[in-house]
Amino acid sequence: MAIAQEILEIVQRIAAEHGTAKVTRVSLLVGQMTRLEPESLTFGFAALAGGTVAEGAELAVTIVPLTGRCNDCGQEFVIEQFRFLCPFCESAGVAILSGRELSIEHLEVDE
Amino acid sequence: MNIKVMENILDKNEQIAANVKARLAAKRIFALNLLGSPGCGKTALLECTIAALKDTMRLAVIEGDLFTAKDAERIARQGVPCIQINTGGGCHLDANMVNSALDSLDLEAIDLLIVENVGNLVCPAEFNIGEDAKVTVLSITEGEDKPLKYPLIFQQASVTILNKIDLLPYTTFDMAAAVKDIQGLNPGAKLLSVSCRTGEGLALWHEWLKEQVGIKQNKE
Repeated sequence: MAIAQEILEIVQRIAAEHGTAKVTRVSLLVGQMTRLEPESLTFGFAALAGGTVAEGAELAVTIVPLTGRCNDCGQEFVIEQFRFLCPFCESAGVAILSGRELSIEHLEVDE
Repeated sequence: MNIKVMENILDKNEQIAANVKARLAAKRIFALNLLGSPGCGKTALLECTIAALKDTMRLAVIEGDLFTAKDAERIARQGVPCIQINTGGGCHLDANMVNSALDSLDLEAIDLLIVENVGNLVCPAEFNIGEDAKVTVLSITEGEDKPLKYPLIFQQASVTILNKIDLLPYTTFDMAAAVKDIQGLNPGAKLLSVSCRTGEGLALWHEWLKEQVGIKQNKE
């Protein structure tokens, strides 16, 4: 719900900056690691957006898979089952490349 | 029409968290974000910690709670400064709440600040509050499946504390599986097994805290 509120605040600000009267679609990138449920996010957003510029807007959520790079052998890979060990050399030094995203990519608005 | 935004939803919180971190760094205060589900023993751990350390360092506590002051009352009985933040139903503390709470504390007189977050394994992991380290408490009675169900909070934790190990004989908790999953999520992190009821394992926790506070105080 807090995330839905943050999204709505950003959408309202961007809409105001562009002099938009109606937002029809909000595209989000959500990393797998955040474990956010698109359904609860959509539900929360719809509840909060009533009576605002984003009333009825669709939340389009793209889930970004969790990937990492080994700091030791340099290989890049999908992190399965949240195991932060390099599948190539077993190193524990794994940096997250993607999967922690939580961002608004773009808005569809009525002209 | 399509408007490109490319904006991180948590940016605002991150900016305030950086400000909190700088305020604490200026006073060489080591700050902990204490996380875990409701009933895992966060407040009990705090009570044990205060009792063990209050004569060797200056502690202060910020208590996050949905509606009540029950935890803050428990802490205040221990004779350390304690600020209550009621989130009014909000499921986590954010950096702005902590920033405001700092105004009510004497930052010149604190070595270790412990912020007890709202009991929840999901949202608090996303909201940095300017802490030096996150510590996640998992109690035996919650089950060994939780680390993989709520990976971020364990992946982000510098220390994971397995609490209530005195109850191990009465549960089907699979310690080996829990350790494997937690270490898989965060191989470099510290994992401590304790019982706040019997005191078992707490000495290692207190040692870690003393070490961290020492490092922070000697930082240039």
